Amino acid sequence: MSGGASTWAFQEDDARQIREIMTALLDETGARTALIVDRTGQMVATAGEPPTFDPTAFASLTAADFSANDQLARMLGEPEFGALVHQGERESMYLADVARRVILVVLFDSRTTLGLVKLRARATVSRLGEVFTAMFSRDGTSAPGVETGFVGDAEDEIDKLFGA
Amino acid sequence: MSMINYASREINCKLVYYGPGLGGKTTNLEFVYNKVAPSARGKMISLATETERTLFFDFLPVDLGSVRGFKVKFHLYTVPGQVYYNASRKLILKGVDGVVFVADSQIERMDANLEAMQNLYENMTQHGYDLTHLPFAVQYNKRDLPNAAPVSELQNALNPGWPVEAPSRQRPLANPNREGEWLVSQEDGQWIERAPYFEAVALTGDGVFDTLKAISKSVVKTLG
Repeated sequence: MSGGASTWAFQEDDARQIREIMTALLDETGARTALIVDRTGQMVATAGEPPTFDPTAFASLTAADFSANDQLARMLGEPEFGALVHQGERESMYLADVARRVILVVLFDSRTTLGLVKLRARATVSRLGEVFTAMFSRDGTSAPGVETGFVGDAEDEIDKLFGA
Repeated sequence: MSMINYASREINCKLVYYGPGLGGKTTNLEFVYNKVAPSARGKMISLATETERTLFFDFLPVDLGSVRGFKVKFHLYTVPGQVYYNASRKLILKGVDGVVFVADSQIERMDANLEAMQNLYENMTQHGYDLTHLPFAVQYNKRDLPNAAPVSELQNALNPGWPVEAPSRQRPLANPNREGEWLVSQEDGQWIERAPYFEAVALTGDGVFDTLKAISKSVVKTLG
């Protein structure tokens, strides 16, 4: 029983499709890395060069950044800022909303341009949107679920980690 | 909203520490950070002002290890205690799997506690979540201070309980953490459920892990 949003499952097929779409974007643009972060701050998928930073921290900050900007957009009377750009001297990032559930993050450097990333990302966002919309509309019961005994084992691990 | 990632075999759960300003939310996370094995935790991130008041959130990922083929991770967040940061408080609740309300036991902080609890209910409702159906625990912090209010008083004010509607749940449920006390009980002919509560002194770590253990166990139960 849960009073919050429902648990969602991300399966092998989803991961493969999403990685293919992200890899295509990287090939088309020459960007370094593409990441998918969910709106609650969890890393969902990565493609391209593996990140050299802590991906968990990166995901939580990305979600917070995007959510804060969402609220700023509303204050200005915009429904959302569909995309954000952070430009550094060497490294830059482009963030775009996908289906109101996840965020596409593209990391790029001087080997490409913001214009090209923006242009190509538009099609990527729409393709990813279809995949995520299908994933979220899927019947939750189709997910394989956790094994019997999972809860008991997890509770034992909790006792071990946080002291019995 | 726990995310089960079958591709990377990961389950991530989000726990949020909520409560009034200077109540000890960040101190809870700092104690966990300092005491948990370094291999089991990630970097702690604090988005704080220059005076160390939480501006946006604190974040600490804790890795439970591998359970039946899944890597289970808890993401611990705190929200800013000050009311004028409500916009960021609300954002952090998005996708929450379990809530710990850290109350300041000092009698002078009763109004601040009540205001924060009210605000928690409001923000949860605005997200469409129901706190009475989600893993939820209350921690009464600063029990060592001479001006700490009695727990019974804090319970009456902050954790008075909610009616149990489902007939299947209308039966006594013992509080596993407090002998002789009940989480579900009949009062004046009505079945009432209360959130489990814990007494703590977060500065010394008393009660910090008891609270975390209880909330994380409640969260994993929702996955089974």
